[in-house]
Amino acid sequence: MLRVSDLHAKVEEQKILKGVDLEVNAGEVHAVMGPNGSGKSTLAQVLAGREDYDVTAGSLELDGDDLQEMAPEERAHAGLFLAFQYPVEIPGVGNSYFLKAALNAIRKARGEDELDAMDFLQLLRKRAELVDVDEALLRRPVNEGFSGGEKKRNEILQMAVLEPRLAVLDETDSGLDIDALKTVAAGVNALRSEDRAFVVITHYQRLLNYIVPDHVHVLLDGRIVRSGGSELALELEEKGYTGLTNGSSGD
Amino acid sequence: MPTAADTIGALAERDYEYGFVTDVEQDTAPPGLSEEIIAFISAKKNEPQWLLDWRLQAYRGWLKMVEPTWANVRYEPIDYQSICYYAAPKSDDDRPKSLDEIDPEILATYEKLGIPLREQEMLAGVAVDAVFDSVSVATTFREKLAELGVIFCSFSEAVQDHPELVRKYLGTVVPRRDNFFAALNSAVFSDGSFVYIPKGVRCPMELSTYFRINAMNTGQFERTLIIAEEGSYVSYLEGCTAPMRDENQLHAAVVELIAHEDAQIKYSTVQNWYPGDKEGVGGIYNFVTKRGLCEGRRSKISWTQVETGSAVTWKYPSCILRGDDSVGEFYSVAVSNNRQQADTGTKMIHVGKRTSSTIISKGISAGEGQNTYRGSVRILRSAEDARNFSQCDSMLIGDRCGAHTFPYIDVANPSAQMEHEASTSKIGEDQIFYCNQRGIDTEDAVSMIVNGFCKEVFRELPMEFAVEAQKLLEVSLEGSVG
Repeated sequence: MLRVSDLHAKVEEQKILKGVDLEVNAGEVHAVMGPNGSGKSTLAQVLAGREDYDVTAGSLELDGDDLQEMAPEERAHAGLFLAFQYPVEIPGVGNSYFLKAALNAIRKARGEDELDAMDFLQLLRKRAELVDVDEALLRRPVNEGFSGGEKKRNEILQMAVLEPRLAVLDETDSGLDIDALKTVAAGVNALRSEDRAFVVITHYQRLLNYIVPDHVHVLLDGRIVRSGGSELALELEEKGYTGLTNGSSGD
Repeated sequence: MPTAADTIGALAERDYEYGFVTDVEQDTAPPGLSEEIIAFISAKKNEPQWLLDWRLQAYRGWLKMVEPTWANVRYEPIDYQSICYYAAPKSDDDRPKSLDEIDPEILATYEKLGIPLREQEMLAGVAVDAVFDSVSVATTFREKLAELGVIFCSFSEAVQDHPELVRKYLGTVVPRRDNFFAALNSAVFSDGSFVYIPKGVRCPMELSTYFRINAMNTGQFERTLIIAEEGSYVSYLEGCTAPMRDENQLHAAVVELIAHEDAQIKYSTVQNWYPGDKEGVGGIYNFVTKRGLCEGRRSKISWTQVETGSAVTWKYPSCILRGDDSVGEFYSVAVSNNRQQADTGTKMIHVGKRTSSTIISKGISAGEGQNTYRGSVRILRSAEDARNFSQCDSMLIGDRCGAHTFPYIDVANPSAQMEHEASTSKIGEDQIFYCNQRGIDTEDAVSMIVNGFCKEVFRELPMEFAVEAQKLLEVSLEGSVG
């Protein structure tokens, strides 16, 4: 589904990604782990098409389509979803209004009928229940005055409503206490399916106790230095990133 | 891959949507201002001697006044002798009795503007007093309102039919020498609306007027007077658009509101006059004096404005809170895009005891637009236990525009409670990207973010107007980020 080949990217003349290869198939959950500054979030931003991130070499394909040719909203229409590390506040815009606009923009782009208010509300309630989000959250403005945990749960709710092909979770666990972490993980697990894939970006192994990945990749200094099964995350927890690189073939 | 800035740049190329011109023969006064011209205007309108004298007094005062320069706006000096002070459609000579008699071209103009002059207005419950240039050409629903004793007519008609009311109230809130532009208006005012709500009557429909400037090189000087008797209620809507012009057109209106005991007046404006082109050529100069007097106890006046048009705006809808426990409100959205300049705000003057006022101002600057909030809250010594809440928020779109805030607070009674909040925010790339990532394109994202920012004001607008205001805001800000 997602094929990243020899991806190089820079931000303001600083080279961050230095040749990333990643292949994700439908139904799989991939974890990308790495310390601060390794390029994890850059990878997420590049996938979503953020303007300030320049791809200098390599390719990005989603279902065979070249992502670099697509605007951020076109990538969303194609089924790519990014759960933000720092979800953005949009004061005065109702959460459910925003989600309806988003869902209908995606449906419209796909040539599907837009949902009317009633149908949307029904869908929204169902999805909110699925990922265990309080309905009160739906009536508030997008992320405005939300706690850290509420913001992350709201990202999961958006994902549940937009039903992406590929969801990229950028440090969704950061700033969450253990209860919030469990709720968020349960939401993600509820959305796992045969034709959906996840790329879970995280600093800590902790999250992966609750979202068990099929594959784990370790990103260091802009390159994936190790890949393996879920046991790799445990090894990482034990040895730390430095221990892992010393023991790995590195480059 | 097109960037947000590209999309927005392309949108900025769009022309002013309402830029078309209707060709109607004008019955126009020669350019220039003199006592003769004023006498001509007054005679044209068949006015009584006292009103001519009133105009002349205003004119003589105006001659001694100096155009104000304190506002944070810059424009070429206005040559008051090159302006035509009177223009009316030909059909005015033989006033139409119904819509069927109205010049089809005028109707077509209204049609283009989407003004619901026919059956739609019945459904919408809106009575329209449409001002085409200087003379009202159509007034509807008047019989229905008359049954309740409500008077809703053009100002000229009011002078003929209700001279005692006009004479009693004209200039009582905005004196004829109040300021340079108000004095000019008092000398040459052309037409406008007159509303009278009798004691205890709740006006059953929104009263609506659409203004439209259309004559080449002709200033338009509306005069509006609204009187709400004891315990009455009225909601008045004013909305305007203008065709594209190269010359700067002067507009200096005066609006006076009087609310007696327990009366409420809600005055809503959506202003979308031609703002000039991207280089700042053309566009309307909008120098307006609007003031309401809360004369009686527990009276209330609310101003709500959405200002998206005009090249230069100079406008401070104000309330004099004279009656004890009276309430003044000001809700404003002002947009300055491209080379637009807006200096707008309000004055709340607390005279009576326990008077309270609320000010919510949302300024949006885009392109090279300059947006200034200028507000004054005065608590006089007599105003025991007065309260004010002010909130002034500015939003910047792009990095070439400016937002300025000048709040003046003057408290002469120590029992006053004052609250002032202010914020300035920049519409963020990150907000737009967040929307993009959820599938919403940049144009829709900007309009959504801006509408969210203005929500507190829009919810004060009557329903049908709120929708129109949002649409206007979208049109005004198309292509503004970059």
